[in-house]
Amino acid sequence: MADNTHSKPVHQREFEKKQHREEMKQQVLTFALMILFTLIAFGMVIMEINSYFVIPTLIILAVVQVAFQLYYFMHMKNKGHDMVAMMMYGGAAVAGLTIITFVSIVWW
Amino acid sequence: MSTAVAQKRGLGAMIWDYLTTVDHKKIAHLYLVSGGLFFLIGGLEAMIIRIQLMKPDNNFISAGLYNEMITMHGTTMIFLAAMPLIFALMNAVVPLQIGARDVAFPFLNSLGFWLFLFGGLMLNVSWFTGGAPDAGWTNYAPLSTTSPGHGVDYYVMGLQISGAGTLIGGINFLVTIVNMRAPGMTYMRMPLFTWSVFVTSTLILFAFPALTVGLFLMMFDRMFGSAFFDVGLGGNVIIWEHLFWIFGHPEVYILILPLFGAFSDIFSTFSKKRLFGYSAMVFATVLIGFLGFMVWAHHMFTVGMGPIANSIFAVATMAIAVPTGIKIFNWLFTMWGGQIKMTSAMLWSIAFIPSFTIGGMTGVMLAAAAADYQYHDTYFVVGHFHYVIVGGVVFGLFAALHYWWPKMFGKVLNEKLGKLAFWPFFIGFHLTFFIQHFLGLMGMPRRYWVFMEGQGLDTGNLISTIGAFLMAIGTIIFLTNVIYTSVKEKKVSGDPWDGRSLEWSIPSPPPHYNFVQTPLVRGLDPLWVEKMDGKEGMTPAEPLGDIHMPNASILPFTISLGTFIAGFGFIYQVDDPVWLIAVFAGMGLTLGSMLTRSVKDDLGHHIHKEDLEEDIKKGAGK
Repeated sequence: MADNTHSKPVHQREFEKKQHREEMKQQVLTFALMILFTLIAFGMVIMEINSYFVIPTLIILAVVQVAFQLYYFMHMKNKGHDMVAMMMYGGAAVAGLTIITFVSIVWW
Repeated sequence: MSTAVAQKRGLGAMIWDYLTTVDHKKIAHLYLVSGGLFFLIGGLEAMIIRIQLMKPDNNFISAGLYNEMITMHGTTMIFLAAMPLIFALMNAVVPLQIGARDVAFPFLNSLGFWLFLFGGLMLNVSWFTGGAPDAGWTNYAPLSTTSPGHGVDYYVMGLQISGAGTLIGGINFLVTIVNMRAPGMTYMRMPLFTWSVFVTSTLILFAFPALTVGLFLMMFDRMFGSAFFDVGLGGNVIIWEHLFWIFGHPEVYILILPLFGAFSDIFSTFSKKRLFGYSAMVFATVLIGFLGFMVWAHHMFTVGMGPIANSIFAVATMAIAVPTGIKIFNWLFTMWGGQIKMTSAMLWSIAFIPSFTIGGMTGVMLAAAAADYQYHDTYFVVGHFHYVIVGGVVFGLFAALHYWWPKMFGKVLNEKLGKLAFWPFFIGFHLTFFIQHFLGLMGMPRRYWVFMEGQGLDTGNLISTIGAFLMAIGTIIFLTNVIYTSVKEKKVSGDPWDGRSLEWSIPSPPPHYNFVQTPLVRGLDPLWVEKMDGKEGMTPAEPLGDIHMPNASILPFTISLGTFIAGFGFIYQVDDPVWLIAVFAGMGLTLGSMLTRSVKDDLGHHIHKEDLEEDIKKGAGK
């Protein structure tokens, strides 16, 4: 391991350090945002705001949280995740289509 | 292979070998044999249906038994014959075409097969335990939820188990194609068969969960007293229809797409030309896969979805004719000006084009929602889907089997017998199903066990039955050919057709590690590129070295056996809670095997460089 760090050129090490710092900053930021979202969500329900406003807002917050989770904590923003993204969006599209069908022509 | 032949082994050792194998080539054999067996059972059921409808007011079989026959014919042919035969081709060919040594998850590959087989066996056990499922292959509620006896329970459990196997297989091939391509094998250099398997696997991944959900709801309605489909308790029968067809329509593309890919490879090989419009073909395949998810409700035009929904689905359905048309023309242009060799594989492929196109045209007719009210549930529909499934899938399977038989077994199927099998089948096919369009237009409904005299339906039905017998004769000649070839024919080289893709660069049948050295792919039709450069075989992409291979395992078999036992427990616990013992025993076996798999390290084994050098001397490198 010691060999490994020594064999890398200095600028390489510095570049990686900078990358890691950047990564860390993003993760902490997203983490803080997610806690904030959770507080907002709970706060809205506790304050008994009109449910016509609360429900869509909660859904939007939930979607954003899932996106944060996938892209920042599970690294989907990094390279080499195109196929994963395609499959996930494909599956979500089929599931969405199914829900739309049920809501619009089965139960309507 | 050479070492395996040298050691004479007993039958017991061979059976054990096949029970535990994780080798994709042996799993292909397993799929081929079991799929072939179910194809014969399904064919027998078809013959019984046609004998019953040979003359008016026939009483060859009872009405109840007729319902069981049509249900089991459809279910068997789709789930237990066509799909496994396609999986046989996928297993035999895809890893070879992309230059891989095995699939991504060899253990799961074996698990997928055994789940399918036990599911299929379960479905067919119902014949001997008081009646097969009888609600049609679509199993519509409330016909299915109120069907007495345990027939439909067998349908639910059998398809649930085999469906899990198919889903596992589909995911396995997705990962294999994404991750295990040889160096240089970019997506746009993959042979069309591999491309279509890729799209098919995606469809399996997205479509089968809908079936799984539907079957679970059906299972709870029938076995545990829920009321998803019970209108009297606030349920809705239409939910089943939607779930079934959200799965069911992509399913028909799952069936046909791999064979579109096989036809593409066959046309280009036997025309000695590269495929015309390769990128358009890829685009069309992906587009068919995409549109395949947008059209399921065209099976339900008469349900009463309203004119807007009907119009949307009608237009989407007609749109599929466009990419399919692209494919038909590209196949024709591939042959145009080529040096066409009329082998049996080519004969089946050429016969496919007009046959499938007729099925496609009646498909567009059926897609017109207003007109569909006239065709719905008549023999016109039966004629249509047999034209696409038999004219497309079955012709394709015969063509692909002729084409890849030498790669799977080292021998070319006898050409004379191959052509002899083709003609009665081809003529019989058109005789059986062409007339059914007109029977349908004259008003003959589907799924009725008799028709009456003096309504102008007698002659048509008789002709149809005669055609069915011709198809049976063709199938028997093909089977004879298989036996004749294995006994009489001589071994051929690894490349009997002067092939273009990677599978023809290695011996037939391939050694169990496939490629001594992973090949370097330098273009579309990689072997042809090397041939045109005057080289013999592929350029290796790696030095000769040890090869890591997975170990055989009996666990996939025991996992599947557990679900089989638990399935019977679920079905019969309704009558007597003692059967819960079977549920617990079966699930215990399944989960115990899974636990064993997780805690026991299985790191596989290495084939050493020295052994490889021995093999090369015997010809493994060529």
